[in-house]
Amino acid sequence: MLLKTVFSGFGGQGVLMMGYVLAVAGMREDKHVTFLPAYGAEVRGGTANCTVVVSDKEIASPVASSPEFVVAMNYPSMVKYRNMVKTGGSMFLNSDLISETPQRNDVRIVLVPANTLAHEMGNDRSLNMIMLGAVVEVTGLVSAESLGEAVETVLEGKKQGLIDMNRQGLQRGARFISTGK
Amino acid sequence: MGRKVLMRGTHVLGEGAIRAGCRAYFGYPITPQNELPEYMAAAFAKMDDAVFIQAESELASINMVIGASVAGARVMTSSSSPGISLKQEGISYLAAMELPAVIVNMMRGGPGLGNIAPAQGDYFQATKGGGHGDYRVIVLAPAYGQEIADMARKAFDLADHYRTPVMILGDGMMGQMMEPVAFPDPIDPASLPKKPWVLDGAKGRPSKIVRSLWLDTTLEEEVNWRLFRKYEAIDREVPDQEMYLTDDAEMIVVAYGTAARIAKGGVNRLREMGYKVGLYRPKTLWPFPSTPLAELSRRVGRMLVFEMSTGQMLEDVKLAVEGRCTVTFYGRPGGIVSTPEEVARAITFEYRKMSAAGPPAPKVTRESEAKAARSA
Repeated sequence: MLLKTVFSGFGGQGVLMMGYVLAVAGMREDKHVTFLPAYGAEVRGGTANCTVVVSDKEIASPVASSPEFVVAMNYPSMVKYRNMVKTGGSMFLNSDLISETPQRNDVRIVLVPANTLAHEMGNDRSLNMIMLGAVVEVTGLVSAESLGEAVETVLEGKKQGLIDMNRQGLQRGARFISTGK
Repeated sequence: MGRKVLMRGTHVLGEGAIRAGCRAYFGYPITPQNELPEYMAAAFAKMDDAVFIQAESELASINMVIGASVAGARVMTSSSSPGISLKQEGISYLAAMELPAVIVNMMRGGPGLGNIAPAQGDYFQATKGGGHGDYRVIVLAPAYGQEIADMARKAFDLADHYRTPVMILGDGMMGQMMEPVAFPDPIDPASLPKKPWVLDGAKGRPSKIVRSLWLDTTLEEEVNWRLFRKYEAIDREVPDQEMYLTDDAEMIVVAYGTAARIAKGGVNRLREMGYKVGLYRPKTLWPFPSTPLAELSRRVGRMLVFEMSTGQMLEDVKLAVEGRCTVTFYGRPGGIVSTPEEVARAITFEYRKMSAAGPPAPKVTRESEAKAARSA
């Protein structure tokens, strides 16, 4: 098993945090993981993306030229990656900001209204954890338990309220997938 | 060994160095390694016995390294390609005065200002001198997060043992990428062996001199031969390499650092399809691990050197092989990171040339292709 996931959106959406939490969760399950943030001449408010590889064997390259999973948090990210997703893979779209879906029959499209769900929860910034909860519920890359524990690790030393909020976000995303609402 | 943590390569180097007893860091910012000085600044701010200085230039920082080293500290500096060029004068002085220090180069695209993407164009500079004069620098080339942690410790130990500068040669991607790492227990610098040559005040004892100026040519010649004998000892004792699936290999891919882990992905892919390909990965670039490679060249048909440059380590491979087998090259300079699939295609191309004269290439079936795709 070697699965590559690209998380993409604009700066401030918590895109790197999504990848980081997933990678820590994979590490907790003793899987091989790499987390590669895009770096370059980045600009404030510009696009942010990262690639996470989860594998049961040594990882050759942390770069994904055709990822199994793509998470697009805004429209430009969907456009950038729609033709790169591997056949049989999945594309997760933040349907609040992306109204158009890619015309591909060989890829599963999962729509998650992350902004709306976050707003309903009372914290607009939870959208990244909601999306990550949904991604893991669909893909099974790691267990929901590992993901929750990874949030604790990543936010170690922060206020308990913040940790709880992020964990609830993960659960909300998973519930959206399992119940459709 | 502690529990595993997920850390980026630059931070792993910083933590590894501190655990190795490093208590002095001097540097000047340059992408893509700024997270290393950032880590050292934050960590040293909490330690009473450590010093961090962001110098006014690369030149100043390498000269501060000389000062801290001559006073006995385990000292480190870091930069990326253009900044390392600026430090070369100081590295030559370190070598001449036989001072231990660790220098990190997170290589980026070049020459000139180049770009900030990962590359391997500084191999010649790192292994063949870099600065002026007849000297060598031990060069360690990690490929994995865990290896960065291990080599950080090893670099300081080698530097002190041989009284010589040691370079850790990584690249921009290695510095940014996060992988799980377990660190060794920290060393207390006070527990390290005393350095009798350290300049710490001559009260009550004859003065000591550490210098690199020898106007008397006879004395300078003796300095050069003494360094030469030290480099000979290093060349015998320090070479290290990883040999992966080389036992039954008919063709060998030679690569180091990030290029090596990509090449390994290519090798794995081709093994699934029945190609007898192995990987030879130098972990020390100087001294270059020539002997095992020379042994391999007696029984394989071909070697392919893969580098993120136009071909630099290629020369050391050819020197080790001495014409016993064909050596060819595939490279992507300028900041391009190949995929394992791309390298696999480059290997296949060479492998088929070899089997035109020898045994037939393995039959590639739809099943073996599918199997390979799953494992790559």
